[in-house]
Amino acid sequence: MWIELGHFALVLALFVAAGQAFFGLVGAAKQRLDWLPLVRASVLVQTLLTLFAGATLINAFVRNDFSVGYVADHSNSMLPMFYRVAALWGAHEGSLLLWITILALWTVAVRARMHRLPPLFAARVLGVLGLISVGFLLFTLTTSNPFLRLLPPAVDGADLNPLLQDFALAVHPPILYTGYVGFSVTFAFACAALLEGRRDHVWARWMRPWTVMSWAFLSCGIALGSWWAYYELGWGGYWFWDPVENASFMPWLTGTALIHSLAVTDKRGLFKSWTLLLAIGAFSLSLIGTFLVRSGVLVSVHSFAADPARGIFILAFLVVLIGGALALYAWRAPLLQSEAGFALLSRESFLLFNNILLVVATLVVLGGTLAPLIAETLRLGTLSVGPPYFGPAFMVPMLPALVLLGVGFHASWKRGGLQVTSRMLGVVAGVAVLLSVAILLAGYGSRKPLAYVGSALALWIIGSSLIQPIQSLRRGLRMPASVVGMTVAHIGVGLFVLGATLVESASIERDVAMKTGVSVELGGYTYRYTGGEAIEGPNYDGFRAHVTVSRGTRTVAVLAPEKRRYWVTNSVMTEAGIGAAWNRDLFVALGEDVGDGAWSLRLQYRPLIRFIWLGALIMALGGIITLRDERYRRGAQA
Amino acid sequence: MTPRQQRMTLVLGVVAAVALAGFLALRAFQNNVMFYFDPTRVAAGEVKPGQRFRLGGMVVKGTLVRTPGTMDVRFAVTDYRHEVAVSYTGVLPDLFKEGTGMVADGQLDASGRFIATQVLAKHDEKYMPPALSKSLEAGKAAAAEAAAGSQP
Repeated sequence: MWIELGHFALVLALFVAAGQAFFGLVGAAKQRLDWLPLVRASVLVQTLLTLFAGATLINAFVRNDFSVGYVADHSNSMLPMFYRVAALWGAHEGSLLLWITILALWTVAVRARMHRLPPLFAARVLGVLGLISVGFLLFTLTTSNPFLRLLPPAVDGADLNPLLQDFALAVHPPILYTGYVGFSVTFAFACAALLEGRRDHVWARWMRPWTVMSWAFLSCGIALGSWWAYYELGWGGYWFWDPVENASFMPWLTGTALIHSLAVTDKRGLFKSWTLLLAIGAFSLSLIGTFLVRSGVLVSVHSFAADPARGIFILAFLVVLIGGALALYAWRAPLLQSEAGFALLSRESFLLFNNILLVVATLVVLGGTLAPLIAETLRLGTLSVGPPYFGPAFMVPMLPALVLLGVGFHASWKRGGLQVTSRMLGVVAGVAVLLSVAILLAGYGSRKPLAYVGSALALWIIGSSLIQPIQSLRRGLRMPASVVGMTVAHIGVGLFVLGATLVESASIERDVAMKTGVSVELGGYTYRYTGGEAIEGPNYDGFRAHVTVSRGTRTVAVLAPEKRRYWVTNSVMTEAGIGAAWNRDLFVALGEDVGDGAWSLRLQYRPLIRFIWLGALIMALGGIITLRDERYRRGAQA
Repeated sequence: MTPRQQRMTLVLGVVAAVALAGFLALRAFQNNVMFYFDPTRVAAGEVKPGQRFRLGGMVVKGTLVRTPGTMDVRFAVTDYRHEVAVSYTGVLPDLFKEGTGMVADGQLDASGRFIATQVLAKHDEKYMPPALSKSLEAGKAAAAEAAAGSQP
């Protein structure tokens, strides 16, 4: 009964969203200010209907209603309550519902702050958001409906994929989607600016906080996903260049470029059309990512199911939305001409380079992700593009970007020239190089050239970021929130680079077969297998091993990796044992019983791996700090 | 330099940098891309000597042999037409079983045995790489035809 009501509510939401798009876009075109209340009302109604629909589905999960096909496929009566709720977005149909719900919540947020915008501009923004909502609601209702009944009802459910039975399932998808979907707000602002045919650049200031907010969420979401993959996939990697990871990474790279070009547009009125193109690009890449993943044309860890009808729908939606936006851009962008120039060594130049390099990086990832698809279509054979391509190719644009980053934020706007002496920068660079050599030789004995390059760059960025705060502190000056945020975010970049460099160059990994009482030496630590026992959980049984890790005579960690067999799906899962510290992770994963009383184990030592996720979170934090800046808190004048 | 010259310098610099980046990325691509072969194409000698490639097929039932107390395993992989013998030392993924599909990276040794450096994890037992399922279907069809042909 409830589920039918939820289904009905979602159908209603489709019509209300269509109304929101119509009243918003047509109303603005006809200059009908009196239609504005209708737009506002439809936003609210659509959100409430969507939330209600989601609630009925959660209710079905909680009450184990296996007459609902989606629940029967992805839950089970033995599944703990926590995962039953999170199972809502554990598969394709539900994750689309999550997409729609988050879009509705973003729209409500825009509505709540629309008094700061000119009314007709706000109507256009909400109208475009309504259009996107229509597309996703149609897609869900016609090809991926989670509200369908199963006849006859299943006796029990097929269970949630054991990989997903983890705390991270509750937080990773919503946060990641909040970031992804947030770019639709940026996209809507860009479309509204183009539709109005604005020649000015005030829209950049309106768009900036939304873009930064989405980008911060996306950063957190990607970091969480990487951390989840690290401890849950069981084999100790933090990034696999899997198509779905790339699908979230490409909008992130474009979004990062967008944040920087928005700074130029907001401050100096330059790069206007480029900024709009990036805004369209970031959202388009989110959609393309969805298409790649959901249509099943690319197979990855995350692809739920291949269904050609879905692929064709998303492709059509993609063509309409992106094609429409690009046509609009082609029509209106010539209006946006910038008069002002800038010098070669100005902030504008550095940000231009930042943008070019980030876009090249996006293309590198896009090319590698699409290459198997293209080769298949052209009958060039089946190929696989993995980390050996992505790793080096990605570094080509990123290494110069990191070098320039340390100089760029000392460059003045417009006329150019540095705000700090080049001697000061030279000192920072020298210290960074010496320090990285010292750390690597003393701490890790690494001989890989890239290790030195990477860690020197990381220290260079951190050191260079700190110059301005230290100077301000000495002179007793207050730094604006935007500068504080920027500094924090760039320190985050440095920490990330440092972590990634050391993990890539100084990790030690070994697969060994161990019997009880046997010790293995790895990276200065002694791993001793002290035995194990059978275990039983709420919906699985398995084996837990005990591994004591010591350094010299001191025990530093007692790890308990597990091998679990989930009853319903009869699938085997590896739960790694991880001894975490700020400067290294000790990682043990159980392989299998190899006979003769021995188990195969994967042992790893990963230096500074926490810096990777910490760095990403600090970047996001930096973004959020910039939102506190005075400029966004004042109401915008049209 | 006049502003115009400055801008030209900037544009030229950007074009050169992008071209260089493109060239390096393409080279990384050429050197690091891995092709997929099924046992039939391996048997036909399509793999160049020393070439690293990705092998996919079904693990033949009853062929999985482990040296007790070590991580050395041997098994055979089939696409229902031809078989390839595989050696691997290391931890096998959770979903690796006899009678199910698998994909591995590695190369052939002199005797034609595939030395796997990595056996890839599947994350879902229902999931099958499209290339693998395609070649398995083709192999099944061919095997069925052959069986029908041998019974007059």
